[in-house]
Amino acid sequence: MTLETQVHQKNLVKWAADKPEVVVFSADLTSSTEVRMFAETYPDRFYSFGMTEQNMMSAAGGMAREGFTPWVHTFAVFLYRRALDQIQMSVAYPNLRVRIVGFLPGITTPGGATHQAIEDVAIMRAVPNMTVLETGDATDVETVLDVAQAVDGPVYIRMLRGQIPRLFTEPLRLGKARHLKKGSDLALFTAGITTEEAMRATEVLEARGVSISHLHVTTHKPFNDPAVLEAIENARYGVITFENHTTVGGLGSEVAEVMAEAGVGKKLLRLGIPDTYAHGGSRPYLMRYYGLDALALVRGVERLLGEELGIEEEDLKAVRLEPVHGDYKAEAL
Amino acid sequence: MSWEDEAKRVADGIRRRVTAFTLKNGGGYLSQACSSAEILATLYTKVMNLGPSVAPPVPPPFSGVPGKDPNYTTGAGYNGPKEPHLDRFFISPVHYALVLYATLVETGRMAEKGLAMFNQDGSRVEMIGAEHSPGHELMAGSLGQALSQVIGIALARREHGETGRNFVFMSDGEFMIGQTWEALETLAFYQLDSVIAYIDANGQSADGRIDEVMRIEPLKERIEAFGAVAVEVDGHDVRALEAAARTPHEGKALFVIARTNPYCGVEVLAERAPKFHYIRFTKPEEREALERFYEEKWGQRDDA
Repeated sequence: MTLETQVHQKNLVKWAADKPEVVVFSADLTSSTEVRMFAETYPDRFYSFGMTEQNMMSAAGGMAREGFTPWVHTFAVFLYRRALDQIQMSVAYPNLRVRIVGFLPGITTPGGATHQAIEDVAIMRAVPNMTVLETGDATDVETVLDVAQAVDGPVYIRMLRGQIPRLFTEPLRLGKARHLKKGSDLALFTAGITTEEAMRATEVLEARGVSISHLHVTTHKPFNDPAVLEAIENARYGVITFENHTTVGGLGSEVAEVMAEAGVGKKLLRLGIPDTYAHGGSRPYLMRYYGLDALALVRGVERLLGEELGIEEEDLKAVRLEPVHGDYKAEAL
Repeated sequence: MSWEDEAKRVADGIRRRVTAFTLKNGGGYLSQACSSAEILATLYTKVMNLGPSVAPPVPPPFSGVPGKDPNYTTGAGYNGPKEPHLDRFFISPVHYALVLYATLVETGRMAEKGLAMFNQDGSRVEMIGAEHSPGHELMAGSLGQALSQVIGIALARREHGETGRNFVFMSDGEFMIGQTWEALETLAFYQLDSVIAYIDANGQSADGRIDEVMRIEPLKERIEAFGAVAVEVDGHDVRALEAAARTPHEGKALFVIARTNPYCGVEVLAERAPKFHYIRFTKPEEREALERFYEEKWGQRDDA
C-alpha cells in the first residue's frame, strides 16, 4: 500500500481539462480543499464565494440551470449544516447537476466539533434527489469524479484530502460496493477511512479462523447493491457496520434498512461514533477514543462471536496492506 | 393608449382580481397586490424585454416534481422564451404568486381560466408559488434564496455572452436575511450589472410593521454601502418606476427601492393597520366592507 498526497488537487486539473462545463466554487478554503491548482490553471472557471456558503449553494443552483456543472468545495459541515435549506431548495428540489464536495468527514480533522462532519451521510441521505458517495482511498478520490459527473441530479461526495492510501486499482462504480473479502461467518460493511482499518483487522481475524465477507461501500444512496443482501444472507453469526460517522442514520442504518426490509433476522452490530459530538485531537487519538481503529473492530467481532480471539495491537500493526486488484470480481480475491 | 395608461390598467386589473379572490377564498395576500401592482405592471408592460409566452394559456395540472416527472417544466415559459438577448424575470417572495398570476392574465400571458385554478388541489397555480407555477422559474419560497440563484444565472449568462438582463422582484422583508447581504457582496465582487432588483418596500412583514420586527433601514444607504446602485422611487408612480430602470449602473447591480403603501387602491384596508400580511375576515362586517368596496369600484364580481 502506498500513501499519496494531494490526490484530488492534481487529478481534478487533469480531469477537468476537456470539460468546459465544469466550474469550481470555493468558500475561502481553496488550498484546504485542494482546488488551488484548478484556480491557477483555469481562472475563468474558478469562482470565489468567500464565506457565503448559503449564497454559494444557491448560486451553484443558478449556474447549473444554465448548463454548467458547479463543483462546490468546502468543509462538509459548512455545506450540509450551514446551507442545508439552500441545498434543498436551490439545488436538490430542482434536481440540478451540482456536485457538493464535502471535506473533513468524521474525525479526519483535529478541528473539533465545528469542523467534523459526523452526521452528514444521515442528513444528505434524507434529501430527495440526492446521490451520496464516499471515498476511502486515492483511487476512489480520483474516479468518483466521473461517477458523480454522470449523475443527472445533485451529488454529495464525502471527500478525502492530504495523505491518502491507495488501496484499490479499479475505478469506483455507482451503486457497487467493493467486495474485498468473501466469507461465511460475518458480513462486514465499511466506508471511507474505516476500510483501511478494517483491512488490517480482517487479515488477522482470518488468520484466527474467522471467515469474513468484507464490502467497502462507496454509494450510500441509492443503497441497492444486491451484493449487500447476499453477504448478509450468507453470514452465519451476524453483520457489522463500521463507519467514520455517528451510528445514527449512516451506513449502519442503511444496512439495517436492507436487513429489515428483506426480513433477515440476524444480529447487527453498528460500530461508529456513538451518537456524540467529538472533540479536537490527532487522528490516531480520535480513532482510538471513538472506537474507529482496527482494534475496535476486532473487539466488535469478538462481541458478536461471543468469544475472545487473543488479538492484540502488535498483531494488527504487523499487517502489511497490498492494493486490492479486481475488487469487483470474486475470482480475483 | 399610452404605455402609462396601459400600465395603470394592468395595475388596476391586478388589484381587482386579487380582491375578488380574497373575497372568494375568505382571505389572501391582498396587501401585496395593493403595494406591488404598479411595480409588476410597469415591469411587464414597459421595462422588461420579454418575448411572448411560450407556455400553454391554461396551465396543465401538477404532474410531479423535478427528478420524478420526466416531462417537468418550470413556469418560466409564461415570461417568454429563453433567448440570449431577452430579459429574464425572477420572483423572490412567492407568496406574491397570485399577484403575479393576475399580472400574467392582465398582460395576456395566461388565460383567465388558468387563474381559476388558483389554490385548487392538483393545480400548479399554487398559493405559494413553486418553480412550476406560472411566471415562476426558481424555488424561492424560503425567502432570500432567489437573488443568489440569479447570481449563478447571471454569471452563466455572462460566460455565454448573453446580453439580456436579469430582473428580480423582491420584498423589503428579505433585507432582514443574511443571505441577501451575502448576495449583495457577491454582486459587487463579480460586478454583475445585468442584475436589476425591484423591491416592493411596503414596510410590512408577517408580524406587522417591519420597523417593529427588525432594523433594515436605511435601505438605500445600506445597499449602496454594499457596492450596488440604489434608487428610491414612489412605487405607485409608473413613470418613476420606469425611469428607475434607466439609472446608470455600469459594473454594479441596480436596486430600485419602490416605496409603497400596503392598501393603495383598496383603501378600505387602511383600518387594518398595522397588520397587512395576510388579509382574513374575523367578522362578517369586514367581509361586507370589502364586498361593498369592490362593487363600488369595479362593479359586480364574476364569480359572485
